[in-house]
Amino acid sequence: MHAHPIIETEQTQVVSPAIQPHIQIQDLNIHIDGHHILKNINLSLPNNSITSIIGPSGCGKTTLLKTLNRLIDDTKGVQVSGSVFVNGEDIYAPNAEVTHIRKKMGLLSQKPFPLPMSIYDNIAYGPRIHGTRNKKELNAIVETQLKNVGLWEEVKDRLDQSATRLSIGQQQRLCLARGLAVKPEIILGDESTSALDPISTQTIENLLVELKKDYTIVLVTHILRQARRVSDYIIFVYGGEILEFGKTEEVLLNPKHEITRQYVKGFIS
Amino acid sequence: MDNLKTRLFKEKVAKGFMQLSGMLVTGSLFFIIGTILYKGLPYLSWEMITQLPKGGFYMGKEGGILNAILGSLYLAGVATVLATIIGVPIALFLNIYIKTSSKLAQYSKLMFDILYGIPSIVYGAVGFTIMVYFGIRASLLGGIITITLLTIPIVVRTVDELIRTVPNDLKHVTLSLGATNWEVAKVFILHIKPGIFTAILLAFGRAIGDVAGVLLTTGFSDNLPRYIDEPAATLPLAIFFQLSSPIPEVQGRAYASALILTFIILIIVICTHILSSKQNKHKL
Repeated sequence: MHAHPIIETEQTQVVSPAIQPHIQIQDLNIHIDGHHILKNINLSLPNNSITSIIGPSGCGKTTLLKTLNRLIDDTKGVQVSGSVFVNGEDIYAPNAEVTHIRKKMGLLSQKPFPLPMSIYDNIAYGPRIHGTRNKKELNAIVETQLKNVGLWEEVKDRLDQSATRLSIGQQQRLCLARGLAVKPEIILGDESTSALDPISTQTIENLLVELKKDYTIVLVTHILRQARRVSDYIIFVYGGEILEFGKTEEVLLNPKHEITRQYVKGFIS
Repeated sequence: MDNLKTRLFKEKVAKGFMQLSGMLVTGSLFFIIGTILYKGLPYLSWEMITQLPKGGFYMGKEGGILNAILGSLYLAGVATVLATIIGVPIALFLNIYIKTSSKLAQYSKLMFDILYGIPSIVYGAVGFTIMVYFGIRASLLGGIITITLLTIPIVVRTVDELIRTVPNDLKHVTLSLGATNWEVAKVFILHIKPGIFTAILLAFGRAIGDVAGVLLTTGFSDNLPRYIDEPAATLPLAIFFQLSSPIPEVQGRAYASALILTFIILIIVICTHILSSKQNKHKL
């Protein structure tokens, strides 16, 4: 982290696009074991669009994502200061209810992790823990969500089979459906297609683009082309700081910073 | 080329060593089973497993060891159930509720490692002290308390190792569905269920085979264990007493008892394998 050159940003406050913010980050600083991992993050993420977080390995992109649903709490030696507002509620406030916060944000992890249960139970798991017991209601949720991710036709005859039997691409779509079943407002993706083949990747990307009309989506990706294909906005993180934040074309085609330019051109990876 | 020759030679030596070790272990296993079969089979009879000893455990040439079979099953069964009920939550707590890197988790795990390694006679002595304090005499209850203490570390350490094989992301994806830690724990249990049977098996094996722990705490009795506050016989102690008898027939009966003990363990192992393979279908 300290090997990166110190960057003097001319603008201390990154100007966010003029859309009403869904997630708002204020003066966020993260230290892990005394290392300053995220520095003075101020950000407003636009609603109903896809924002990609890009940057070189170890720059803090995943950490930034994890602060949004407080999975960062699980990291050893972590210290968080500042605020993250979701719908105006500070999720780092002392009285914030973590379980409730996480329900609002679906997570699509790097590799698919189906729960050790059947396909049906994977989707029904979330609604069940949140109190839906009615069989008819659960059936409807399972069907709707599997249709949402285009998996229904493939699995409708074997809903009671173990989810681990599905292919990796199907598993990832199942995980997306499982996340959607708890009715989140935000979808967080942590390099969600990195374990997938090109066709499954495309399927997931298309799904995300489709879903953005209903959800605010934040993706961490190290694939620039993917960021270009799917995202409306791009955040470029470098050395724990946000160097650039703007519309996809602006950041990729007209970066304001030399470092962004170099990264986009592939000089830094 | 010379380099390749050396490497291939090393490969051969390593493989040879592994095969030798394997053969030694398998050989000694067969030797043990062979010995108890050879010496015990002539004395094995229906009476052995259906009757109480006649003429005392030390001198008795007739009757059976039903008292010890039942005593051992009660003792090991109850102790294993208790150790599982107490041990599994400890392992879950250390891995899910607190950060695995925290001092509390690390010191606790160190403590269970030490407890795991403490000889059972020490547990016997501690159990004895507890019994004296509460005024309990040598009894099934005393044995159960001691053997439960002895097997808890086995359950904790084995389940802890199992939980460590669960990817941390499974915890994260479950949490991000809005699950509480307890709900995460239940998903973890589902994930490691096949292995939990193995943990229970290990605990049961140690419990049913222990001598030193029960020597001071359970006592011995020629009667059926009917009440929890009465002394009870156990198979390992029965074998010990029979073997130390000067009468050859009684010594032979010791091997027959050993055969019965081995058979009980065999049944438990087979049941565990069947149960855990049935649970294996959701493995990641």
